[in-house]
Amino acid sequence: MPKAEVPDLLPVMPELFLLGGALVLLMFGVFHKGGQRDTHVANYRFISSASVIVLVLTLLLLLPVSSSDWVIFGGMLVSDPFAIFVKTLVLLASAVALVMSQRYFENHGLARFEYPVLLLLATLGMMLMVSANDLIALYVGLEMQSLTLYVMASFQRHDVRSTEAGLKYFVLGAVASGMLLYGASLVYGFSGTTNFEVLAAQLSGQAAATPSLGLIIGLIFVVVGLAFKVSAVPFHMWTPDVYEGAPTPVTAFFSVAPKLAAVALFLRVMVGPFGDLADQWQQFIVFMSIASMALGGFVAINQRNIKRLMAYSSIGHVGYALIGLAVGTEEGVRSVLIYMSIYLFMNLGAFACILCMRRADRMVEEISDLAGLSKSHPFLALAMAIFMFSMAGIPPLAGFFGKLYIFLAAIEAELYGLAIIGVLTSVVAAFYYLRIIKVMYFDDLAEPLERPIGREMGLVLGGTSLVILFFFLYPSPLLTGAQAAAAALFSG
Amino acid sequence: MLEIGLSHYLTVAAILFALGIFGIFLNRKNVIVILMSVELMLLAVNINLVAFSVELNDLVGQIFALLVLTVAAAEVAIGLAILVVYFRNRGSIAVEDINLMKG
Repeated sequence: MPKAEVPDLLPVMPELFLLGGALVLLMFGVFHKGGQRDTHVANYRFISSASVIVLVLTLLLLLPVSSSDWVIFGGMLVSDPFAIFVKTLVLLASAVALVMSQRYFENHGLARFEYPVLLLLATLGMMLMVSANDLIALYVGLEMQSLTLYVMASFQRHDVRSTEAGLKYFVLGAVASGMLLYGASLVYGFSGTTNFEVLAAQLSGQAAATPSLGLIIGLIFVVVGLAFKVSAVPFHMWTPDVYEGAPTPVTAFFSVAPKLAAVALFLRVMVGPFGDLADQWQQFIVFMSIASMALGGFVAINQRNIKRLMAYSSIGHVGYALIGLAVGTEEGVRSVLIYMSIYLFMNLGAFACILCMRRADRMVEEISDLAGLSKSHPFLALAMAIFMFSMAGIPPLAGFFGKLYIFLAAIEAELYGLAIIGVLTSVVAAFYYLRIIKVMYFDDLAEPLERPIGREMGLVLGGTSLVILFFFLYPSPLLTGAQAAAAALFSG
Repeated sequence: MLEIGLSHYLTVAAILFALGIFGIFLNRKNVIVILMSVELMLLAVNINLVAFSVELNDLVGQIFALLVLTVAAAEVAIGLAILVVYFRNRGSIAVEDINLMKG
């Protein structure tokens, strides 16, 4: 008689804990007796802080799991060093984004407990995406993340711009999911499996030399769907509007955690099951990479809204990350992981600065509002200058090393054209980053921003700027982590 | 007598999918039509999956189709919710009115 096999739940403990935490907090929020406005705020404060603790505990739970590789739920999910590396960064980014959002939501009458719960569920979706080892798990994880993000984008529901951002995000995200699914169905049909390992085995050697047309079409659709999610040109049109319209803490969250998870998913899908079809997808990735870098560089020059500027900047950064994917080697994957980790710290810091741009309890978002910041807020201006210099890639800040590894990987793979275009566009991009510094330091002070900036903002700003400033002294944890993660992707 | 085989199902699915995409990008009237088009795309995917599943004699495709149905229902629920909040703010759901931010 066959024995009933209980699935081994130990490797998914972090995910289960996060899910349990999110549901308990949701129930707590729903059944909590309220009525007055201040009890709502107290309730929100409690759930928000508890969510940060849940995220940190999940991060700690990753430690026992990280000791070995696991395949869970009949090959649906994997837990390898790559997944652990990305999950660590995603959890960290989510926690920091949540800490930054607390004060903003209170000041704008948005102190509703749903936001932290949604953020927890989105993070859970990202963890599933990163672990996906099957087209089904990929789709479910991606949708779990996307559906919560649509709601978060329109969270400021009495504001026309926020709801418009949510609507645009929803429509284009749904199109992307449709494309991805259509591709997944074709891949399934022409290979007979949805499992990444079986796919990789089937698509190696002779089969990779002569893939069927249906499979190639399916692959292209999958790439298009994923390119939407990472907002690579020409599938970027939702990004500026969503970044501009969504509430600023939500934008801060969007620009780090989901982006990192989507890039990681992109890496896993392209290098894992479709690694031997690199001839088929490489040209496409190279094109998207060049287009993203160019658009991110040139269009951002004309922007006056700083959130919109950050949107184009993030499109440009995705372009650089795609160079590493186009290379497609272990070196390339490692450089992407390093780049995205550094990008995460720079962006969190930059958005912490943007969240400090308040005047009479209202957010201001124009770049010109930063004028004279160095006189009214010297430390804030210094931190912003560090992040902008780092994004522009000026040594010895961390952003320089991120770009360096990417270009080295491209040169080693003899993609000289890509490396040269990357360097040229980063010079263009440096223009608008430096312009922000010029506005802060050399323009006349118009009307000072509000003080003080808040203790948690100071903490985030200090932490991220220290990481960016002193990365070059002690880079080995990140480098070895990224190395192990990249190796895990190629060992299978 | 014409035998209906895999290629016929795939053709129907491809046509439905293309209709869905055109419905989204050429439609200038109403956001509800966009939601319908998204649904059309997902249904095309389901036809694909079930046809392949029968052809390959493999159940995974049908499980996938069931999951797609479920997620699509959740997706439309969220889409309609966002649409309702948007309508309350703006008083219109015409596609050409969604232009507060250029893009």
